[in-house]
Amino acid sequence: MNDLGAARRDTFEAAGGAGGNRIGIEHAARVAVRIAEKTWPAVGRRDARPVLRDVVLDVEPASFVVVTGPSGCGKSTLLNIVAGLDHDFTGSIGFTPPAPRLAFVFQTPRLLPWRTVEENIRLAVPDDDAAAAARIPDMLEAVGLTEARHAYPERISLGMQRRAALARAFVLEPDLLLMDEPFVSLDDPTAQALRQLLMELWHRRPTTVIFVTHDRTEAVTLGTRILRMSGANATIEQDEPVRLSRGQRADRAAVEAEQTRIFGPT
Amino acid sequence: MAHVSTPSCSTSRHSRMRASAAKAVATPGLGRLGWTLASITVLVLLWAVTAAVLQSRVFPGPLAVLHALSHEARSGALAHHVLVTLARVLVSFVVAMIVGTAIGLALGINRTADRFFDSWLIFFLNLPALVIIILCYVWFGLTEAAAITAVAINKIPNVAVQVREGARGLSKDLDEMALIYRFGTWRKLTNVTLPQLGPFFMAAARSGLSLVWKIVLVVELLGRSDGVGHQLHVAFQLFDVPSILAYAIAFIAVVQVIEIVLLQPLDARINRWRR
Repeated sequence: MNDLGAARRDTFEAAGGAGGNRIGIEHAARVAVRIAEKTWPAVGRRDARPVLRDVVLDVEPASFVVVTGPSGCGKSTLLNIVAGLDHDFTGSIGFTPPAPRLAFVFQTPRLLPWRTVEENIRLAVPDDDAAAAARIPDMLEAVGLTEARHAYPERISLGMQRRAALARAFVLEPDLLLMDEPFVSLDDPTAQALRQLLMELWHRRPTTVIFVTHDRTEAVTLGTRILRMSGANATIEQDEPVRLSRGQRADRAAVEAEQTRIFGPT
Repeated sequence: MAHVSTPSCSTSRHSRMRASAAKAVATPGLGRLGWTLASITVLVLLWAVTAAVLQSRVFPGPLAVLHALSHEARSGALAHHVLVTLARVLVSFVVAMIVGTAIGLALGINRTADRFFDSWLIFFLNLPALVIIILCYVWFGLTEAAAITAVAINKIPNVAVQVREGARGLSKDLDEMALIYRFGTWRKLTNVTLPQLGPFFMAAARSGLSLVWKIVLVVELLGRSDGVGHQLHVAFQLFDVPSILAYAIAFIAVVQVIEIVLLQPLDARINRWRR
């Protein structure tokens, strides 16, 4: 298990961080998104309007795809459609394997306030998955919540709640991990620490990730591939691999240069 | 491993604790129990004085009632009838809570059903308790089942309305979370849905208990041969006011004990996660 992870990391570094061709990685789903159109229905005086049009996208197994764009451009809608939370669209979403294990880290932590941190994580684990249940203590330790494991979510800080939500998603070892601005509204150092934690967890077990953010620096730091969505056309306007190795991602100058290359000078 | 530093929010909690401590100090002198005792003593004194002034056979003083109470207690009649009534209260209460919760949940979640059944609910809410009781006895006979049914039907619309209110506000966010993490029906019901209904459930239980026991007395008066309601009926025919007051006081005490021993700890347990 461990050397397999190391091998994956090597391939990752060799591919220069880009979503190279790594077919055959188990436990990571391939996603084929074919959305012809998604429209918001008219509400009150507001007319019906298209949010997504002709979104065609293939996500390679174990790639970390970041979707960016201005607010209201349909990033979250895209994620909800992939997650199966929104069925009201024309088109299809295909998975290989067909029914991947899914985890979703929402914009708000969405923990059950009447269950403790540990109970919240345990509830996401299916009854027949003893291995995932056995991973809970280590996962709590990894996100630094061992001491707070019996606390109720409303009694801990937002940063801790977000870490609990991360742990809940990771402990499942999902084939596909969806994240919708999971670090928004956190102070900088906390968000930075959580990003580092996410990177460590992902490198330990690379899975397919679709990550939505409007923060360009965050996009470049985390992603192996960046999709820019445009608000005007309701579609993907740019699809760019991120050419940074794992080490370079900690280097501010390298990240800035890459950000300029992809997004243009600010 | 990256241990993330936690920007603590303890300052706000501390100020809240201080505020509640200040509030406790602000209540003058006696404390909660003291206030209760003092107010009850004043009420009893007022009652004794009035009775002494009126000197009426149908307005006995506290001592006469206490005498009747101890007489009934010694004969065993008090315990018997109170327990019989209490059993009826509990059974019809549980039936009403379960059926009412199911109906309220269904109406709160399904808007079509809600639109259709809303008028039914209003009909049953406004149907006088006495009518339901009489109809149940006429249709099902003077049986225990008819008595329980009558009480439950009286309470069900009440519970349904309260739970429906809660079900309408169920969080869509948590619903989606439960869907993503494949909670399944039972896990979702017990961990996501019912806890959100907790406050509405408690409100229904509180008002339910007091409503149910009053209706049970009427049901017993009209068609049962035991229970506190039946005893009141007998005492009414004899114009035995001390016994009427004795049973009333005994039952108020029992219901208060249920409130303190059962409902308040339950409430605290349901709400322990709150800040």
